[in-house]
Amino acid sequence: MKSSNFLAMLIARSLYALVAFITGIRPKFEGNISFGTERKVYFANHASHGDFVMVWVSLPKKWRDKARPVAGADYWLKSPLRRFIINQVFNGLLIMRNGNDPKAITQQMTDALAQNVSLIIFPEGTRNTDDNILLLPFKSGIYHLARENPDVGFVPIWIDNINRVLPKGKVIPVPMICEVNFGEELYLQENEDKDAFLQRAREAMLALAPAHKRAQYAEKG
Amino acid sequence: MPTSNFPALAAMVFAGIFVLLAIAAFSGYLLQKRPQYAHNLMLKEFNTRVYSWFAMTVILLVAFWLGRSGMILLFLIASYAAMREFMSQVYRYRGDHNAVATCFYILLPLQYYFIWTDWHSMFTVLIPVYAFLLLPIIVQLSSGSKTEFFERTAKIQWGVMITVYCLSHVPALMSLPIKHFAGKNILLLLFMLVVVHTGDVAYYLWRRTGGTQGGRRTTTGAIVSIVIATFVATCLFWITPFNPFQAALTGLLLSVMGFFGGTVMQQIKHSFGIHHWGRPAPRGHSSVLDRADSICFAAPVFYHIVRYYWT
Repeated sequence: MKSSNFLAMLIARSLYALVAFITGIRPKFEGNISFGTERKVYFANHASHGDFVMVWVSLPKKWRDKARPVAGADYWLKSPLRRFIINQVFNGLLIMRNGNDPKAITQQMTDALAQNVSLIIFPEGTRNTDDNILLLPFKSGIYHLARENPDVGFVPIWIDNINRVLPKGKVIPVPMICEVNFGEELYLQENEDKDAFLQRAREAMLALAPAHKRAQYAEKG
Repeated sequence: MPTSNFPALAAMVFAGIFVLLAIAAFSGYLLQKRPQYAHNLMLKEFNTRVYSWFAMTVILLVAFWLGRSGMILLFLIASYAAMREFMSQVYRYRGDHNAVATCFYILLPLQYYFIWTDWHSMFTVLIPVYAFLLLPIIVQLSSGSKTEFFERTAKIQWGVMITVYCLSHVPALMSLPIKHFAGKNILLLLFMLVVVHTGDVAYYLWRRTGGTQGGRRTTTGAIVSIVIATFVATCLFWITPFNPFQAALTGLLLSVMGFFGGTVMQQIKHSFGIHHWGRPAPRGHSSVLDRADSICFAAPVFYHIVRYYWT
């Protein structure tokens, strides 16, 4: 339908403008990106509802068009507006978070990757709303996904400062300069076990956080 | 009508700036072609600076063309961007949230609204009096940590004073009813921006091209830049309501305030442990506050002097 396409574009543009206005985030320059557009898994830290939009805005257009955020069906199917946004604007991949079948979720993502798209995931599994913790432990889902798709590159991403734009319990976002840092893609190595891969992925993500923040949280222990 | 907004004298000043920028860009380009300068970092920085001066001049020209509303809109946006840079350094605890939101969503638009309606007694007291008293109350009422209450409150007050209150005095110049100068206020604004920025540029060039090693600010560089800016101010007397002597004195005051604006803001950056506001961009540092810090200090003083003696 033409009108729904137009509406989707309008919402996409408005969200883009809003995010850029509040956080100063702009798409990266294509020349600065070392990885291809397809069959990548972008994994980022999760501190706010707007996180996947931040990643989405940071990706240059060619990459953005291929990127599908993985989102919880329970939240996004609740109202017609949410359903429209996640399906038409972001082309999200909806998963049943509360289902007891992690294998089905991995399979769903593997199928999506097989169609030459990229995925945006948050391996912490839930939003980190604790100011005293820099990064929650990873859920094992990212490892299972890597095991099923050893040829897919996993790109670590650090979203910085977004928790100050809209901290837990606040309604009005305040303008803050945020950053979205991309790292080098990594692949599951042969004979790498679950803990080793999760550790490596986590460290790759933390390495992208500002040094002063890592030091500050190291002190807190 | 553009002609009434944009006197021929302003066009001449702009033409002069563009000629100087073209010379700077061309000499930068020629130097870069020489093999011994091809990878010179200083030259690269200079070229990105020239680029940003050029961009700034074009933006100013567009805003000037739109007249008073254009200037108010331009500086509203500049205040927003500068405050975003400042508050990104200040915001540390959740208890700051409501106070910072107040600065962005209430104080910023209100201040520029009062500028726009030319409500002098309100825009000169809104932030130094009402916001000064209100912000600590908001911080206290906010949920979240109460540590470093005084430091946090003071930093927020400082940020809004510099980036909103001080900067808003630039478009406020447009509303001054100067005798025998009706419709030409834009020239006054141009005079201030050119003089203050000349000081900045002279000091930057002095610091970067010799005289001193490292990035240390020296007394000689300060004096040289102030003298050059004062000289430029004197030469520009014909676009102002001042006679040459008055233009020289005002220029001296502007360049001294601008110089110390730069150094004070430098100290504040040091205390936050940063070298630039904002973050690195492909073409040098794209931060507003780095370029506007000297203007922030010069504008309110200039405004009050002109208002006291020439209206």
